[in-house]
Amino acid sequence: MIITLFVIVTATFFLMQFLPGTPFTNPEKLTEKQLALLNAKYGLDQPAAVQYLRYIGNLLQGDFGYSFQYQGRTVVSMISDRIGPSALIGLQALVFGTIVGLALGIISALRHNTILDYGSVTIAVLGMSIPSFVFAALLQYIVGVKFQLLPVALWESYASTILPSLALSVTVIATVARFIRSEMLEVLGQDYVTTARAKGLRESVVIGKHVFRNALIPVVTMLGPLAVSIMTGTLVIEKIFGVPGLGEQFTLSILVLDYSVIMGITLFYSALFILVVFLVDLLYGLLDPRIDYKQGGQA
Amino acid sequence: MKKKTWLGFVILVIFSLIVSGCNFSSSDGNKDDKKKDGGTEGDDKVAQVLNIYASSDIPTLDSTKAHDAVAFDVLNNVNEGLFRQDENNQSVPALAENHEKNEDETVHTFTLRDAKWSNGEPVTAADFEYAWKRVMEEAGPYNYMLVTAGIKNAEAILNEEMDAGELGIKAIDEKTIEVTLEAANPLFETLLAFPTFLPQNQKFVEEQGDQYALEAENILANGPFKLVNWTQEQSWKMVKNEDYWDAENVKLEEVNVFVVKEPSAGANLYETGKIDRVKLTSALIDQYADNEDFSIDKESGIVFLRFNHNHEVLKNAEIRRAIGMAIDRNGLTDVILKDGSSPLYGVVPEAFYFSPDQKDYRELNGDFNKGTPEEAKVVWEKALAEVGQTELTVSLNIADTDEMKKVAEFLQAQLEDNLPGFKLDIKAVPFAQRLEIEKAIEYDLSLSTWGPDYSDPMTYLDMWIKGSSANRMDYHNPKLDELVQEARIETDLSKRYEMLLGIEKILLEEDAAVAPLYQRGSAILQRAKIKDLIKHPAGAEFDYKSAYIE
Repeated sequence: MIITLFVIVTATFFLMQFLPGTPFTNPEKLTEKQLALLNAKYGLDQPAAVQYLRYIGNLLQGDFGYSFQYQGRTVVSMISDRIGPSALIGLQALVFGTIVGLALGIISALRHNTILDYGSVTIAVLGMSIPSFVFAALLQYIVGVKFQLLPVALWESYASTILPSLALSVTVIATVARFIRSEMLEVLGQDYVTTARAKGLRESVVIGKHVFRNALIPVVTMLGPLAVSIMTGTLVIEKIFGVPGLGEQFTLSILVLDYSVIMGITLFYSALFILVVFLVDLLYGLLDPRIDYKQGGQA
Repeated sequence: MKKKTWLGFVILVIFSLIVSGCNFSSSDGNKDDKKKDGGTEGDDKVAQVLNIYASSDIPTLDSTKAHDAVAFDVLNNVNEGLFRQDENNQSVPALAENHEKNEDETVHTFTLRDAKWSNGEPVTAADFEYAWKRVMEEAGPYNYMLVTAGIKNAEAILNEEMDAGELGIKAIDEKTIEVTLEAANPLFETLLAFPTFLPQNQKFVEEQGDQYALEAENILANGPFKLVNWTQEQSWKMVKNEDYWDAENVKLEEVNVFVVKEPSAGANLYETGKIDRVKLTSALIDQYADNEDFSIDKESGIVFLRFNHNHEVLKNAEIRRAIGMAIDRNGLTDVILKDGSSPLYGVVPEAFYFSPDQKDYRELNGDFNKGTPEEAKVVWEKALAEVGQTELTVSLNIADTDEMKKVAEFLQAQLEDNLPGFKLDIKAVPFAQRLEIEKAIEYDLSLSTWGPDYSDPMTYLDMWIKGSSANRMDYHNPKLDELVQEARIETDLSKRYEMLLGIEKILLEEDAAVAPLYQRGSAILQRAKIKDLIKHPAGAEFDYKSAYIE
């Protein structure tokens, strides 16, 4: 894990050097001289290798540095302030989306080639193909402005989290539904399902214990990374609903070349990603009796 | 079974941790708003509450480091310096009760009125000396404003040839400040209204250390309002400062500012009554153009074409003039942009500055190089013959934003249609790159923008002298340089005004050195009940001091 992170930090650091411009504000009016002085002040006049070593050195001491744009704020505080809202709407979207998605997917698999199946597939395809900002804008207008049921935007109470979570869950629903449907269909055709049925097991047991559980493995594989990307914030949804989250901040920091924030968030994302992939591996053990980490491969 | 309970428990714990870590801006504030929306508060008076939005959070409220419109707005209303812009954008004495100059206007002595910081301590002369020197020490982004103001040694300090301590400001006693200038400067008072010149309480700043001005509690107010609540990335709240020296003329009790980054969300919040003023993007203008709250505000940002004056053909003034004349500005602003922008035929925008007898600078100087495509063609063909060419292919350096791409395509069509033999290649690059190309003068034409630093035409005029870091096109006319130098020290205001008009004439009438295209504007929805909300074209944008709700 440490090695992977190290490679990511290094690659990001040197890629960032290719971006044009400066992290300083008001570039339109900075004179060459001022720029040189500022660069010297922040050590940006040093060769990239020196800057890199210094950054790694600080990192090892747990110092992620300060933001250039939000002067005086540490990268750590910026991430910790903003991750909460992102994670909350992400988690809600994920839980809601997975439940609805699973339901849709299972129904359409079990009622293969019926109206129900076509209906679910249509919903899934629409969910995949309509961009989330369109859905978000529609939700905001219909629920927020027309009927005034929920807050239009801003982050003021729990009610503020509902619309962004809903908007965000659309992708999850669509992805999960399509995945589980095709997996279920595949598993339904397997020999062991026929065996289970031949043993005279009740249909609910066959579906619940044998079909669903096996179909879930690829879904979990996919859900892990999806969870990370969704819980660490999305630019569009956060912007439209005024959620003070991390996704918006990350994009902005790249646009204004806030070096230390870009590095900090990249590192945070990567660490989280690696952690989740690890957790997913552990989950396999729960789902699939064939995988057992204790015995070192008892097939 | 056991595993499932365990998993459910973990999810529950994570969820509750996240919710608790979310710091929603207080929900009771929300109820407050609803009550106040009703309009009455016991008696018949209208609640003096203004709800507005900002397009981003405040990066910092440290006046020595602040650099953006959002922070300047807050600073201008929470703090006050020696001068303040009035409703006509003129700099008028604020904390300075008395202002005296010596004969050659190089030594200014200010006497402070009685004023208090929000921690009860008096605002003293030392607070100004401390803050101004700190701007230089911290290499604040607007430290060059002290150079523009002509404060003694500011330039040397900026160039690191002197120490910040040697800046030409001295606290004579608790109430008296003496500022020494390098030379007489007619702009000095105008500049003093800029947030970089605000005072700071040294003891408080040092107590707060690197947390100074990053939270509502970490800043002191001495202006019309106090910042009482600031939730990062969400909202902040200002309330009337009862200790302000002119508190009786402050009518608003409360100003709530919400961070809204998406314009369509802003419009929706306006619809539901959450905010009272919103800026619309061009996509929304058609939808709201008939709304009774709709209006267009002229902004002071300008967009213009730079010419590379080293280019063998573009160095001919008549070629440049023809290019400028061939572009239909009205078509550009009314058909292509439709965002409140308006045509511009000078470098100083309209509604920006008025002469001592209240005439608009733009009106006095008129339109330069305005003409029909036919006229442009005549000038063009003559000039082309003069330089011995039959055609011209040049490239246009632009930032890759939607706005700039639209403008560039329009320019391409216009110039290629109206000027025979003209060919334009568009080179779109990221904004930072556009700037670098411009600074290195490695372009033929460049689509540029400029915004004012202070409320005086000079902010658009002295950038064209030789060696100015904003010239960026190797333009040089000794006559213009000389006139700028004279105007910089001319203290007779009407004479100076004539000079300012003259500088633009040299730049455009004589040299057609750049081709101004349009002045930005913004389409606004603002509730009719808001009165006297002052908007300045330069420096801090809004002043809530005199605003009230009817």
